[in-house]
Amino acid sequence: MSLLEVSGLRVTFPGDVCAVDGLSFTLERGKTLGIVGESGSGKSVTSLAIMGLHRDATVSGSIRVDGIQVVGAPQDQVRRLRGRRMAMIFQDPLSSLHPAYTVGEQIAEAYRLHFGASRKAARVRAADMLAQVGIPEPRRRLADYPHQFSGGMRQRVMIAMALACEPELLIADEPTTALDVTVQAQILELIARLQQEIGLAVLMITHDLGVVARIADEVLIMYAGAAAEQGPAIPVFTRAQHPYTRGLLNCLPRLDGDAQSPLIPIQGSPPSLLNPPAGCRFHPRCTERTSELPCATERPAWRIASRGHHAACHLLEANR
Amino acid sequence: MAAYLARRLVGLALVLLVVCAVTFAIFYLLPSDPALQACGKSCTTERIDMLHEQMGLDKPVWQQFADYIGGIAGGRTIGTGELAVRCDFPCLGFSYQTNRPVWDLLLDRLPTTVSIAAGAAILWLLAGLSTGIVSALRKGSFLDRSLMAATLTAASLPVFFTGLMALYLVVQVAEWLPFPSYVALADDPAGWAQNLILPWTVLALLYAALYARLSRSSMIETLAEPYVRTARAKGLPERTVVVKHGLRSALTPIVTVFGMDVGTLLGGAIITESVFGLPGIGQLTMDAINKSDQPVVMGVALLSAFFITFFNVLVDLFYAVIDPKVRYA
Repeated sequence: MSLLEVSGLRVTFPGDVCAVDGLSFTLERGKTLGIVGESGSGKSVTSLAIMGLHRDATVSGSIRVDGIQVVGAPQDQVRRLRGRRMAMIFQDPLSSLHPAYTVGEQIAEAYRLHFGASRKAARVRAADMLAQVGIPEPRRRLADYPHQFSGGMRQRVMIAMALACEPELLIADEPTTALDVTVQAQILELIARLQQEIGLAVLMITHDLGVVARIADEVLIMYAGAAAEQGPAIPVFTRAQHPYTRGLLNCLPRLDGDAQSPLIPIQGSPPSLLNPPAGCRFHPRCTERTSELPCATERPAWRIASRGHHAACHLLEANR
Repeated sequence: MAAYLARRLVGLALVLLVVCAVTFAIFYLLPSDPALQACGKSCTTERIDMLHEQMGLDKPVWQQFADYIGGIAGGRTIGTGELAVRCDFPCLGFSYQTNRPVWDLLLDRLPTTVSIAAGAAILWLLAGLSTGIVSALRKGSFLDRSLMAATLTAASLPVFFTGLMALYLVVQVAEWLPFPSYVALADDPAGWAQNLILPWTVLALLYAALYARLSRSSMIETLAEPYVRTARAKGLPERTVVVKHGLRSALTPIVTVFGMDVGTLLGGAIITESVFGLPGIGQLTMDAINKSDQPVVMGVALLSAFFITFFNVLVDLFYAVIDPKVRYA
């Protein structure tokens, strides 16, 4: 059994906005899955659905964490999974940490709750966690407040907080977007190291293909609330099947490419989720669509490109 | 923290000094003459001049102001000759109409006003906060909309209307309570509370409505903060999320307004005191204004200013307690 199994996930917000429409994927223990997409592609909505943190949205389909169903489960049952078996870190560590509590208190809080630990034991645990994420003088810094840390250090605190209860799944929602490039690399290394040490599965949500290329085993490309392409990182990046994935890759500068060749942006903008285009959702922006294929009328099915590598594109069917 | 406190207290003293100067200037410029009032009906120019001299009103204005400040700091004897009166620390002036130092008059009335303000404040804080929090948690629901409609109604009703209605219905028609009359807390705690329950409720109703709306919007704002989402992501129970992580931050604007409101009320709830016939600072103010008893009006003005600035300092200290950024600034 995989650690995380998502199937047929649908998240609808009031006003008929369908932010995620029929998403399925799995994540094995100790592996990293990178979910890539533009803003509004539904990647953050997916992560919040896994954590059971949607309040106004209607979530349907199935999300199983180690076999335990999250969708439609009683709040209390999901709450016991949250923080304990799955944890989450967010994009902006400053606004995601409570400004009025010390970092020691914020790290210890969840540990006390889930393990019934004493204040003293939880303090020791919090100091251990700060040391693990590479914060100097961890004992002294327990009493400091978030505003006394730098951006990168704050994200380390978030990671320490998320991992304090030894979860099996870490969801990282754009954890490096708000950080300097040099700090970004440190944080990614830290996540990769901790993953090795404690056998954590990581769901890395990002719009940065560079981040995914660096740490992901598997990649899931999302477009307008649905999966466009999925597979092991290397085949997805080297033999991208979906025109959208190819479009994303064309936007990246390459060290081994011609320095003079321009980057090719994807034309147009993401569709409205209120009224998504018929057929393939990407077809209005797709440079490879042809009139022989039902791009504008039929939603493409999930096609196998190679072992474990799938894409939702009519071209795959045609090329067979 | 100590430096922070010291800075606030120096600020408090400076503000009060400025308030003293402004109040003094206003009353100095007013046409009404205390000597004329003390002089009586059969008054001659010579007698007025003599009275001016005896009351110290012939001195230059800066000298009079210095005497006034000196009196507040250490007490003084006002005037000379037959009109000399002893006015002990803290001397806020002397009321020639009642023949008593202003401070004594204020002290007589203060327990009533403090009783009204304190009881009402506790009531409205509890009622307002809980209504606001419930509304915020059920935002957009039927309950939320009903509560907000009710608070809008309550906030629109003036105290002289709700007060009189309460008196009519509770005292006159239902006869559940006697007509309020002030009983000292030390003499008879039960009687004290029984007599004040109507004024408390009436005053608290108005404020609770405003506080409910304020705490609702403040709570909705903080509950949408990313750190509240983090608290939920840790698996904390909803109650802990709402109270420990949400309410803590939502309290700041509420406490700010609360400090101001309590400070203002301690300067006298004029309408409430009039409606219920309670002898507080508010009634003292009304009487003094009607009889142009200048020293008393001035004393009340200073006392109100003191309470407002003092509670502002308390609010500042509270900020330092709840917001670590203030503490370390």
